[in-house]
Parts: sequence; C-alpha cells; structure tokens
Amino acid sequence: MARKLPRKDVVIVGLGWTGSILAHELTDAGLDVVAIERGPWRDTATDFNVAYAPDELRYAVRKDLFLQPAQEAMTMRNNVTQTALPMRDYGSFLPGTGVGGAGTHWNGHTWRFFPSDFTLKTHLTERYGADRLSELQIQDWGVSYDELESAFDRFEYLAGISGKAGNLNGTIQPGGNPFEGPRKREYPLPAMQMTYAPTLFAEAARSRGLHPFPTPSANLSKAYVNPLGIAMGQCTACGFCERFGCANYSKSSAHTTVLPVLMRKSNFEARTECEVLKINLAPDGKTATGVTYIDVNGETFEQPADIVLLNAYGLHNVRLMLLSGIGKPYDPATGEGVVGRNYCYQTNASAQVFFEGKSMNPFIAAGALGQTVDDYNGDAFDHGALNFVGGAGINCIPTNGRPIQYRPVPPGTPRWGSAWKKATRQYYNNTLTFSSQGSSYATRGNYLDLDPTYKDRFGRPLLRVTFDFPDNDIRMSNWVSDRMQEIATALGGKQAVVGKQQKGWNSVPYQSTHNTGGAIMGTDPRTSAVNRHLQSWDVPNVFAIGASAFPQNAGKNPTGPVGALAFWAADSIRNHYLKNPGKLVEA
Amino acid sequence: MPSLSPSRRQFLSSTGMLLLIASAPGARAAEHSGSLPWKPFAALPPTTLPGGRWYVFSPEEARTVEAIVDRLIPADELSIGGREAGCAGFIDRQLAGSYGSSERLYTQGPFAAGLPTQGYQGSAAPTRRYREGLDALNKHTRANFGGKAFFDLGAAEQDQVLKDFETGKVDYKPAAGFFNLVLQNTMEGFFADPIYGGNKDMAGWKFIGFPGARYDYRDYITAHNQPFPLPPLSIAGRPEWKTGDK
Repeated sequence: MARKLPRKDVVIVGLGWTGSILAHELTDAGLDVVAIERGPWRDTATDFNVAYAPDELRYAVRKDLFLQPAQEAMTMRNNVTQTALPMRDYGSFLPGTGVGGAGTHWNGHTWRFFPSDFTLKTHLTERYGADRLSELQIQDWGVSYDELESAFDRFEYLAGISGKAGNLNGTIQPGGNPFEGPRKREYPLPAMQMTYAPTLFAEAARSRGLHPFPTPSANLSKAYVNPLGIAMGQCTACGFCERFGCANYSKSSAHTTVLPVLMRKSNFEARTECEVLKINLAPDGKTATGVTYIDVNGETFEQPADIVLLNAYGLHNVRLMLLSGIGKPYDPATGEGVVGRNYCYQTNASAQVFFEGKSMNPFIAAGALGQTVDDYNGDAFDHGALNFVGGAGINCIPTNGRPIQYRPVPPGTPRWGSAWKKATRQYYNNTLTFSSQGSSYATRGNYLDLDPTYKDRFGRPLLRVTFDFPDNDIRMSNWVSDRMQEIATALGGKQAVVGKQQKGWNSVPYQSTHNTGGAIMGTDPRTSAVNRHLQSWDVPNVFAIGASAFPQNAGKNPTGPVGALAFWAADSIRNHYLKNPGKLVEA
Repeated sequence: MPSLSPSRRQFLSSTGMLLLIASAPGARAAEHSGSLPWKPFAALPPTTLPGGRWYVFSPEEARTVEAIVDRLIPADELSIGGREAGCAGFIDRQLAGSYGSSERLYTQGPFAAGLPTQGYQGSAAPTRRYREGLDALNKHTRANFGGKAFFDLGAAEQDQVLKDFETGKVDYKPAAGFFNLVLQNTMEGFFADPIYGGNKDMAGWKFIGFPGARYDYRDYITAHNQPFPLPPLSIAGRPEWKTGDK
C-alpha cells in the first residue's frame, strides 16, 4: 500500500534539462514544486571529478552514467512482421538517468530548427504538392518559429551557447548559417576556436560553393555568467564530452546552468533514486491526481499534486502515458490513436578521408567543436527535381580521439595482427572524419507501444520500438552522401570512404540518442497527444515536455528545440493555465 | 491500481535488483532541498582490482587467453604485445566485476534467437562465454593439432585457428561471437587507462600517440598540423612520478 504524502502544487517526473527549467520557472511563479528522479543525485564537484573523469573504459565503454538495461530496457523490431526482442544492452541510442539526465553526457550541439520545419506539412505541400508526401505522415507542430524565437533565445543565453549568428532580424551575417531563421540578437558567446580538421573541411566546403559555419556549441568558448548568475568556465578541449560529465564547468547542463539556483529555493525539493510507476487519474480519467513512485528501498509513495509534468527522456514520457492510460494508444493498422504515433530518429552517414604525414591530433576536441554545412539540410535547397523531402546537416565535428572506440583504418584492413597494427598507427593521426545528420520523417508503421512479452523489474511492460528508416529518408541520405563525396574529393587525401545508409535499422552500433515523437504536439486531438502548449488533450493537468513532442525530426540535434519547448510550456502554464486551469485549446 | 502493484515475488527480486543498481555504495532515496547536496568523500572513484593473481581464469584458461591476446596484438617494432601489456589480466579483472555477470544488462527471458539488428540475445554472461569459448578452442586444437592446447601451437597455427573462429569455420556455433568478444576486450585492455591492469606503461597510447587522461589542450587548439609534444598521462599519473611501489 502506497504511503500518501502531503499535496504539492506541481510534481515533475525527471530532473534533467526540461525538468530543471520548468521547476525554476514555476517556483519563480510561487508554486510548491517537487521533482522525482529515478537516478542518483549527481553534480560536477563530486561525480565528474577531474582526477578520474577522463576514463574511456568506465564512462564511454561500460557506460557508467547511463540508464542501465537492468533498470529499464526496451524491445525493438524493424516492422510489425517481426517479433520484438529486448535490447539487452543499449547500443544505437543511450538514454540517460540521474539528475541532469541525458543532458549530462551530451556533446552540446545546440540548434534552432528551420522555420519551415515547424510548419512542415503545410510548407512542403505548398512547395511540392501533396503527392510528394504520400508515403509519409508529416505534420505541423502547431507552434511557429516566430512564436518560439524568444524561447530559443532564453535557452541559448541560459546555456551560454557559443556560435555565430547567420541571420539577425532578417539580415544575413557573414560567417554564420545563412539558412537559419532570423534571430533577435547574437549568440551569448563567440564561436569556439577551430581545430585543424574542421578548418580543412571548411576550406574544402567553401571551394565547392557551400557555406560552412561554426557549429553552435554548449562547450563554452569563454568564461560566462548566465542570467541566473551562475558562472561557467572556458572549455579546455579535453575530448571527453559525450558519454561523460564535464569536470570543468564548461559544458552546459542542468548542473552548470540551473540547479545551483534552483536548489536554494524553499519551494523546491528533489527526490532522487525514486522511480515514478504511474500517473494517477481521478475516476473520470480526465484529471491527474498525482503520481505513485517507488524508492530505492522498495517502499511505494503516492504524491498528490495539482499539475503533473512529464519531463523524463522522450521515450519514457511516452511509456508513462501508455502505462497510465493517458491518451489513446496509436494503432499502425488503422492509423488511429495518438500515444506512440510518429516515432522518428535520425538518418546518418559518415565519411573518412585518409591522409599521409598529417598531425590531425584528434584528441584535441570538444563535443560540439567543429563546422557545419546546412546547404543540403531541411528545405534549404530546392527538392523540385529530386525524389525525396528532407535533408541533412554535414558536420565535421571530431569529438574525440579516445582509442578504444576511435581507431580509423581504411576498409579491408584486418581487425588484428601485424597488418592491423601498422594501419592503426599510420592512420590514427592521419584521418579526417565528417558525417551527415539527416532528417527522420514519420511514417504510419514507425511507432511506440507496450511490449506484450517483456517486463521491467516491477513487472510493467517494456516500451516496444518498431522502426526502420523510411524509403524517403534513405533516398535523402544517399543523395547527401553523394554531396559528401564531392567535399571529400575537394579535401584531397589519399583515399576517401563515404558511407551510405541502408534499410534495416540496427540496434547494436551507436548512431544517435535523438529519439523523437510518440507524444507529439499539434492542432488536432485525433493526430496529436498534446496541444501546442504541450498539454495533454485528454488530461489537461498533465503536460509532456521533451523531444516526445516533435511531430518528426529534423537533420539537427534536438536539445535546442527541447530547451525552447521547455520555456514555451513554462510560459503557457504561468501565463495561461494558472489563471484558468483547464484546457488551453478547445478541440 | 492492482494491475501495476508489484507482486510479492516481484517485489522481493526487484529489491535485490535495486540494491545492485544503486549508483553508489550506501545510496538510498534522498530528499534534497535548501542547497546543493554535497558532502566530503562522496565521490566514487574507479573500481579496480590489484594485479598479481587470477580472479576468474583457471591456469589453463589464463595461458590460453595470454596466447590469444599476443596474436591479436603481436609484439613487434611498433609496441609490446598483448600479453606483456597485461590484456589477459585486464580481461580477468573485468570478468570479476559487474561486466562478467552482465549485472547491469537486461537478462530476463524468454530468450529467442533474434535477428542481427536485435543484438546479442544469449542467456550467457561474458564469464560463461569465456569458459565455454576457451574450452571449445582447446578442444578444437587438441582434436586437430595432435592433442596440443592452443597455447602450445606455433604462431602461424594460432593465427589460423583464430581466423577459423573469427569466420565461424570451426564446429562451435558461437565461435564468431566468442572471437568478437575476445577481440573487443583485448582492445579495451590495450587502450584503456592502465589503472585497469592492461596498457602497461601506457604502451597502447604511445603506440598510436594518444596523450591519455590530459584535461587541458587550450594552448594547442590552433597549433594546426603540428605534432603534439607531451607524453601520455594516466589517471594514476606517470611512472616516473612515483617513488614507492607501483
């Protein structure tokens, strides 16, 4: 029997990026807020200790900071004709856990999606006709870039993003991304100093008539004090970013930008090592009464609250909604239902150029230190004569030279023995890598639901991921790979190897922790789980905030839009919901 | 909410699981408010085991693994070999920890064969995979090379046997999977920080030119195309920094 705790105004599930931002905003509004986090407390001084943080085996290979499959796994299959089996170890993507969430061990690429991404269905239909979208389930977000501009700005200034604006109030700026939407002001910090490989890449791209620019980065180019008064340090380019906590206070995360202020507020409390089992509903099923959680000692508690915010990783937001009976589960056979709908991912390919006699020094690196070309991303280029929609950013962002996982050799090299040794030594410092990060567009058959067979340690069904790369996205990615080949040729070098994405999403090799959709936002309750304010259509005192709300994914990292949606939802709650609790949009 | 209440049986097993998963020794549910929680000596340094003994491998298993790692990474003019670098001891100590038992992974049934895109679906954790794989390797060489164990073969014969395992040509169904496991762990041992028992004197890092656990490259970011001038550094420092026993 769950022990019933005193009521709170707001209960937040998950204390990562969005949970911290919502907690900060709503405590500022005077609300009494508790955050329930299933992982441990973590902070820089204790857990990302400079003396032992640069440990590739522990953090990158054994994945010490990540969600462990023993705690919660997921099952996967490529399509409904297959039987899903558990991913017994996470590989293709790596969900986070603990205070800070996946924002602890990210690389720090911090984007705004293009304005056309937010009205994608309308935009593409107008430009290319509805037939072009026939195999896809693309939707508009229900919120525009212009409406989100100030939310993007607030997230970028909170996090001290380093970059160069490409469009200030409609005027294209030299050195920035000419394809981005208009921003009201510059980035809070200048772009990072470039290492050698991205410098070569930018020269080659420019020689092809492309427009390279410094990737917007949450690795700080300079010391910074953010609007909350929290100080951060300059990035030291140590090359231990993704999969690691930053020991240097120079990678933005909840720890380095929000928590030092949030934790001092008397109307905020965090409970760690406590896992929410379900959102409790009133008998009518239309009002949440709070959550039930179990602590690390196995004791269950009921936490009543007036507002429930789902701020877990997107996939976990979806699972909690399915487990709690919030919203109608999506059925790919009929295309009806909303929870689990429009699960999307990322469509990537990589390129390697092998040189002789260089000192690339791949270990001098940071997670987001590099150059991007957006000429072939989203709808920045005319698709009129092409057989796909969408696109990819092309990124030269050498994040690390950590040798258990980074040992590039040309194809055909043996995997062991003397010949392997010779090639490994020759190419470790002589390889330039770059990659495409492509859009992932929704189809009827890619979705999330509860697995019928496999259970977690509490006996609850695991989330089942049914996904393969849509044909449209394969055509897009392969076309972009041809453009990468042109850049690779311009780079020179002895040999260039450009990969091409294929059907058959494989859950084993790491690809991207950019899982989107499943509880998407929109304007129609028949095709979206939450409205444009991230509010559940069915249970209006529940908001689901995160990449779970993306109707489809763009060729960019999702954290920037996730941070913007956090501020957008916080504004909706503060300015609208609190004044008049109930549905913010009538269906 | 009867459908979601853990049964008593699930509860008992899950409590054990929870204790294993808890992130730090003595970790427990905690309420934090009023300030950033911080207390001295709460950090969790890396878990290592002292060398000089075998924790998991029998003497024959240890000799076999030492012979394998020395063919995967042979000694030559570029570096010492896998055996001298400590790769076998590294693997033994990894198996003695949570890695060997797959304690952090999803190990609940039912078990099914699965597709390549679904990853490893066996019920055996790494320690058992080594036990069975090493046994199969020595049975194979004893049957085909005049009764000799793998470690008693010549280098060329050892290479051929390893290739047969790599390509799945031998009469042992998980041969290729076992080979990949050993190859992965051997590379981990050669390139992980020496605190875990391999990469002796940072030999793997010197071999490719990785500076190790350094934390500040700011002076070198714009030194484009110039060799990095400093030697590698371990989490435990450098050998010449130490005055006492290693």
